[in-house]
Amino acid sequence: MSVLASMISRNRKLFFRDKGMFFSSMITPVILIVLYVTFLAKVYKDSFTSNLPETVSISHKLINGAVAGQLAAALLAVTCVTVTFCVNLTMIQDKALGIRKDFDIAPVSRPRIYLGYFLATVLNSLMINGLALLLCLGYIKLMGWYLTAGDVMLLIVDVFILVMFGAVLSSLICYPLTTQGQLSAVGTIISAFYGFICGAYMPISSFGEGLQKVMSYLPCTYGTAMLKNHMLNGVFEGMQAEGLPPEIVSSIGDSLDCNPVFRGSAVAPGTMMVIMLVSILILGGIYLLITMKSENSRKQ
Amino acid sequence: MGFNEKMIQVDNLSKSFGSVKAVDDISFQVKRGELFAFLGVNGAGKSTTISMICGQNTADRGSISVNGMDTRKSSRRVKGTIGVVFQDSALDKPLTGRENLKSRAALYGITGKSFECRLQELIRTFELEEFIDRPFGKLSGGQRRRLDIARALIHKPELLILDEPTTGLDPQTRRMIWSIIQELREKDGLTVFLTTHYMEEAAAADYVVIIDHGKIVAEGTPYELKNEYVKDTLNIYGITEDEVKLLDMSYKEIRDGYQLRVETPAAVTELIQKNPDIFRDYELIKGGMDDVFLAVTGKVLGGEQS
Repeated sequence: MSVLASMISRNRKLFFRDKGMFFSSMITPVILIVLYVTFLAKVYKDSFTSNLPETVSISHKLINGAVAGQLAAALLAVTCVTVTFCVNLTMIQDKALGIRKDFDIAPVSRPRIYLGYFLATVLNSLMINGLALLLCLGYIKLMGWYLTAGDVMLLIVDVFILVMFGAVLSSLICYPLTTQGQLSAVGTIISAFYGFICGAYMPISSFGEGLQKVMSYLPCTYGTAMLKNHMLNGVFEGMQAEGLPPEIVSSIGDSLDCNPVFRGSAVAPGTMMVIMLVSILILGGIYLLITMKSENSRKQ
Repeated sequence: MGFNEKMIQVDNLSKSFGSVKAVDDISFQVKRGELFAFLGVNGAGKSTTISMICGQNTADRGSISVNGMDTRKSSRRVKGTIGVVFQDSALDKPLTGRENLKSRAALYGITGKSFECRLQELIRTFELEEFIDRPFGKLSGGQRRRLDIARALIHKPELLILDEPTTGLDPQTRRMIWSIIQELREKDGLTVFLTTHYMEEAAAADYVVIIDHGKIVAEGTPYELKNEYVKDTLNIYGITEDEVKLLDMSYKEIRDGYQLRVETPAAVTELIQKNPDIFRDYELIKGGMDDVFLAVTGKVLGGEQS
């Protein structure tokens, strides 16, 4: 345990003291906030109001709550993964700077070292994303609060699941990489593209049909949808309470990727969670096998 | 405990990277408590050999045992007995010296009070007090090196591997480091496996192995190597050229006299006995380890030129 506790503490200090790495992990959330401030919030507001029948009017608080929920869900969907990636870049940095050899000469097995990186990544990312969730909830409170205690609990679970997903995915991707160049490339690619492929920057429903089909096979699609569902559930109930027909509420949900479709069937929020958990188990299992195989081949 | 026990035994060790044979069928042994120098130019195979001894790399062929344990079969126990000072520091620059040592000590199961006690010992030994709480990246080269060595000794290893430990350091820090290492050898019987570009450090070794292109090209004590591979230099001062010609040997003019190369000190004694009038002022200079290295490999250590 002392080895794992020590690695977690070391990696946390390295991440927070390396300003470059910390700020690069903030690039994606900043892009998202800028997009919302400059035009996305207006687009969503216009989209809501234009979809409403003329006979129905809903409060500004509800519309603001919906836009804030959409922003918060998108923000958390990307930060849970991109921040996790950036935290886990310590794994590559250690190899690139030659620090890993100091661990390799110690009487600690490789799987244990990699478990150390993994746990450090999960815990450090949970700290940041936990704070991000608090800020998001504070923002929603200002704009229009429709969340129940149950929704908040589910959001906490969602953040944990997405961080775990980011940790196993980043561990697998970072494992074979060894140079500063590769580190920068991974950081840049993930920061720039993850927001698009998970549907955080723009709803997947606004993409072409072919692309939507491809994205339906990516677990991250369901991670984002899971968050959106739990973040907007109260807003949708509020819309129905204000007299909006259920089919209109459902179509708003569709336009915000709350009801993703896989091979023609709608995927329920519970199933989205199962998809994410199974993905974590599969990716985590592969990662464990790789690290154990590398240890065994070293012994032979 | 003494020089008769083997600390490292390397037998027919080979390692290739693609078509490049980094280490090619080498065998040697390091006795417990001795200062062992492993010399070679960059790329000769030193670091590859070290990486196999301390378990970072596996050999293609051959075997290594450390302290009687096979490095493959008892990898973790072997690692617990070795401390390594790498050519380039492997500590974290953003962390302080204390944080670095704490995180590395935990790898050996040293935590809590045990760590604090060991840290205080190391602080005293290496005079770290002044900078132990400063970020490692902001320390001078000498301070960093002292922390590197403190890290290598954190778990009280029996074997200390020093990969060019004093390169680029000022003479005062080099002297300090060597005096601490000497003290640890005397007090704790520490075995030191050294690679260096400084020939005066190699000359102080108990045994020297020279490696070139992955193969061992010479080995022995510095005395044996000097006797085998280099001639001594005899400088005779205040004589004329006619006088030096009487010795019937090839010579070279130097500022205050003439210089001759002689095989052994015994040959000089014979010359003096035959020509006592010529030897009014002279000196016999033994060949150095740098001459040995040049004679054996055709290269200058540190210069990396033929």
